Amino acid sequence: MSKFELSRRTILKSSAAGLAALSSAGLPRLAQASELTVGIVYVGPRDDFGWNQAHAVAATALKDVPGVTVVEEENVPETIAVQKSMESMINLDGAKLIFATSFGYYKPFVLDLAAKYTDVEFRHAAPLWTEADPKNAGSYFGYLDQAHYVDGVAAGLSTTSNKLGFVAAKPIGTVLRNINSFLLGARKVNPEATVQVIFTGEWSMPVREAEAANALVDAGCDVLTCHVDGPKVVIETAESRGIKCCGHNASQSPLAPNGFITGAEYKWETIYKMFATDLAEGEPLPNFTGGGFDVDFVRSTPYGAGATEAAIAAADAARADVKAGKSIFVGPINKQDGSSLLAAGASFENYEPSLDQTDYLIEGVIGSIT
Amino acid sequence: MSGDAGLMTVLLAMFAGAIRVSTPFLFVSLGEMLTEKSGRINLGLEGTLVFGAMSGYAISYHTGLPWLGVLVAGICGSGFGALHGYLCKLPKVNDIAIGIALMLFGTGLAFFFGKAYIQPSAPRLPSISFGTWSEHPGVRQALEINPLFLLGIALAVFLWWALKNTRYGLTIRTTGDSAPAALALGINVDKVRLLSTMAGGFFAGIGGSFLSLYYPGSWTEGLSSGQGLMAVALVIFARWNPIACFWAALLFGAAGALGPALQSIGISRGYHFFNAAPYILTLLIMIASSSPRRSLKGAPGELSITK
Repeated sequence: MSKFELSRRTILKSSAAGLAALSSAGLPRLAQASELTVGIVYVGPRDDFGWNQAHAVAATALKDVPGVTVVEEENVPETIAVQKSMESMINLDGAKLIFATSFGYYKPFVLDLAAKYTDVEFRHAAPLWTEADPKNAGSYFGYLDQAHYVDGVAAGLSTTSNKLGFVAAKPIGTVLRNINSFLLGARKVNPEATVQVIFTGEWSMPVREAEAANALVDAGCDVLTCHVDGPKVVIETAESRGIKCCGHNASQSPLAPNGFITGAEYKWETIYKMFATDLAEGEPLPNFTGGGFDVDFVRSTPYGAGATEAAIAAADAARADVKAGKSIFVGPINKQDGSSLLAAGASFENYEPSLDQTDYLIEGVIGSIT
Repeated sequence: MSGDAGLMTVLLAMFAGAIRVSTPFLFVSLGEMLTEKSGRINLGLEGTLVFGAMSGYAISYHTGLPWLGVLVAGICGSGFGALHGYLCKLPKVNDIAIGIALMLFGTGLAFFFGKAYIQPSAPRLPSISFGTWSEHPGVRQALEINPLFLLGIALAVFLWWALKNTRYGLTIRTTGDSAPAALALGINVDKVRLLSTMAGGFFAGIGGSFLSLYYPGSWTEGLSSGQGLMAVALVIFARWNPIACFWAALLFGAAGALGPALQSIGISRGYHFFNAAPYILTLLIMIASSSPRRSLKGAPGELSITK
């Protein structure tokens, strides 16, 4: 397998290099002071209709920067394999900047390599970097829970059974936060709403995702959403079972012509374009880049046929509120075990740092983390 | 959630899951069974399954005819079978090693050609409703049955009958049990094995097209998640009996549905364990069926694992 990966990687690399050479040849600024090789590692295929595609499409912004060569490798598991991939990008391709785009790449792989190669910059796509970590590492992230909150508002007004379904990959902070925010959105407009979650345990496991979606529909859910790498299967299953759905990661609107309400999308291009500008001007990249609607790092998918007028109006209002800095987490909120997260009257800022470490589901979410 | 209603939901979900998920297992295991009956092991069926899924989806997308996709997936599968059959005919070639090579080759080739088909939506296979008599939406949904599932059952019964009662069946079994005896009878051993492997590949390709064209119904690179390999283990579990292959496929399908179904009724602690049910089942079967003290009952004598 490794041989195969290697050869494909070589092809990708050489084609990327070829493209870069072609485009830079046509540019007047041929004599760029510094040449920079950027390595990007993906956990799945670059065109998965989801997470990896969102990154790959946005990362093309980097390729347009004169003097920048991009090398990419896809289907790299969150194991020691990613360390080897990154090291070969550093040692063989001379990469001085690495984007590690999957959650599990960070600890320990990015951290280890950042300590080992102090002259290489690492940026990782999850809000994990803290001041204690190496200064040549960093995080960039869109706070998608804001968009899931807006989805929840629309979903809460779209359900008749008051049961919303959520197919989730792994019980990590960002996923749990999205689930909680989805529920809070639904509860804002529909206090009876519950969110039932099924964890598949893998970022991409189409058959189990389909089984999970069917199980949720059988349990009475009439709006589905998900947090998996490629939401195609969940959305198509929801559509074929005749219920409504909200998307995730990228636009799935065409997959559900009848039931699509809206979706939570990252807008990575804002971030990668920022990085591209920094690189072009020779500026160092920030260690931590994060934001939501207010800085245009996330967006909602345009409404589909499943969105009612009431849902559209409420979702638009919720988005405007979040953009203006109004809190999503407003007390009283209890955790699933009954302990209090926020007392009545208290609230979290939308960028409250402790939310990055969410390790609980809140009351109203059915399903368990372990 | 009350206990009884929850139990019913899980049982219904497992029943529905068994029907939905078992078809690829069934086709691949029948194909592998036929190949092994002729005395060869084709571990490459995982690759054939994935390539079948990709090619079926691609053809359905381009022509708008999902059934043509199924046929092409089968033909591609028999192509892989032919390659395996031909390579194994060469002297000093190990069928298991070739199988592993073909597994990687098939998946790699499918990923290579499949890049363009991850995004587009292809027309899917229709299903037949057998549940119109029921008021219960869960039962109705469970009885939305794809014709390929029925075809698989018919194929299992046919293979069971044909292996037992026809001259062709006898030829395949003789070749699989003792190549020297087959040679003495004037049977062209290599040709029988080539054709059996091709037929096996054909079935596995069809199994793959079910994955991409019906359930879950789209082409992605993580589509198979090892189902082709599990189906090979399933053949051993089924003791090379086509009818038993069918029951084993149902069991594996139900095991796959267990994790999500339990979570849907609120039993969500330890879901990693339940999600791993099909793999644990595979392991247990391999352990139970590979005792050093007794040989595998019903195993064709020419198989390189039994020799």
